Amino acid sequence: MISVEHLSKRYGRHSAVDDVSFRCEPGTVTGFLGPNGAGKSTTLRMICGLTPPTAGGATVDGRPYRQLANPGREVGVLLDASAQHAGRTGREALAVAAYTMGVDRREVGAKLEQVGLDAAAAKRRVRAYSLGMRQRLGLALALLGDPRVLILDEPANGLDPEGIFWMRGLLRDFADRGGTVLLSSHLLREVEAVADRLVVIGGGRIVAQGDKTELLAGGGTMVRARDVGALRRALDAAGLAATDAADGLVVRADGEAVGQAAVDAGVALTELRPASGGLEQLFLTLTAAESTREADK
Amino acid sequence: MTTTTAPTASAVAPQRRPGLRRPSLLRLTGVELRKLTDTRAGLWLLITIGLTTAAIVVLQLIYANEADHTFVNFFVPSMLPVGVLLPVLGILSITSEWSQRTALSTYALVPRRERVVAAKLAAVVVAALASVLASLAVAAAGTLVAGAIGDGGGWRFDESLLLNAVIFQVANVLMGAGFGLLLLNTPLAVVSYLLLPTVWSILGELVPGLRGPAGWLDTGRTMEPLFTGELTAGQWGRLAVSLLVWLAVPVLAGLVRTLRREVA
Repeated sequence: MISVEHLSKRYGRHSAVDDVSFRCEPGTVTGFLGPNGAGKSTTLRMICGLTPPTAGGATVDGRPYRQLANPGREVGVLLDASAQHAGRTGREALAVAAYTMGVDRREVGAKLEQVGLDAAAAKRRVRAYSLGMRQRLGLALALLGDPRVLILDEPANGLDPEGIFWMRGLLRDFADRGGTVLLSSHLLREVEAVADRLVVIGGGRIVAQGDKTELLAGGGTMVRARDVGALRRALDAAGLAATDAADGLVVRADGEAVGQAAVDAGVALTELRPASGGLEQLFLTLTAAESTREADK
Repeated sequence: MTTTTAPTASAVAPQRRPGLRRPSLLRLTGVELRKLTDTRAGLWLLITIGLTTAAIVVLQLIYANEADHTFVNFFVPSMLPVGVLLPVLGILSITSEWSQRTALSTYALVPRRERVVAAKLAAVVVAALASVLASLAVAAAGTLVAGAIGDGGGWRFDESLLLNAVIFQVANVLMGAGFGLLLLNTPLAVVSYLLLPTVWSILGELVPGLRGPAGWLDTGRTMEPLFTGELTAGQWGRLAVSLLVWLAVPVLAGLVRTLRREVA
């Protein structure tokens, strides 16, 4: 379990993380979402005791990270896949960590196999690794101590679609066996498929958090028909407010009410689905605000 | 919508492992010793040190007077390249964590950073002690060859010289580590380690007002008596003062800096 309470980090006058609080329960995957520069990595580093917070604190399984006796055996951490000595082989990087943690040497081979790095890849120096291979190596490093908690910063970066699919399965399985997973991403779609809970951060502050289904369902229903005018009249007749969206109408009602209104008016629908609009819209706003700020610089 | 997979039969929370112990300093020192040699940079530096040491003995066999082919005369010069290069290994062991960014995983695995620093210092001291053994071995080999091919090969050896050699190498490697800890940047630490004492020596010679302090603060001068045999109380005092400034202060200030630094 991870518990973050009122974490804040200021660099001079710039507030990188501002009063961030959330919890990650065992058996769940928590997606930590936000545009680049929102404060995700700083928050994760503070949880792992690598960055001293200005205020607030975090605990892992009830204790501050720095007080864990042998953290690698309790928390698997992957904060930056590129942060490996370029001159060490993949196997040696794991062997050093295994020796530090007191993990059996045989685990090194097992974990390399688990993340799909074959014997030839393990013998190569990290300098020659692609970003995807470094992510896999980083994941093997995180899993090496058989921890019950995983903290991963943008683990899907550099992985191909097949690799991303594989990683989702691995994280889902880890959580289903009672583990706690916290992973960050700047892409909503990337965590949507695996996370149970979402924590959305923008400009250092939490802007939304909760169950994924609830957060995504907040956006109402997305509906399309070939005859948009007829659909609009049908919704009006049923007393349902509809707003124009890029590819149809978004209705503040559930799918059943919208479908019934269309049937009553005899309008054939081409699409009817929950609009993921609420969160997606929020996320787009955050990202847009961020890129405007970047552009202003 | 995405459907969540049903929990499988093996969906049991892993048990809390009893007896999770923090890694001992001995283990951490072992880790750091391993890290000195498992990269190309570290390995080649060690190989270079070994080859230079051997080369010096070979050159002496070829060019020095046969009368000078004694164990002591092989042993003392063989320490010089080690004294310059081994501290670079000490610097690398500390700064490469930051330049290669392995500090991220090192300090995630061992959040008590002072333990990692202590282990690194212990590891480079072990390397310094090993270098003295290597110097002894190389000097012995040189003496045997000299005895076989000519009339050199005197074995007379003053034990105080062995202690001095240990002090010389350990102090040098710790000075390097201190520079590394303080500056946390490989090129900066290597250049200042190699340059500052030299600059200080030159200044000490040139500026009359500095001549007095230089006798106490120039490690080049205070370490010189180490090669000749037993030191006087005054010489020990000067050595201690110079090491306080060039070794103890950088190590302590560097430790504080390392403990406070944000790892990113």
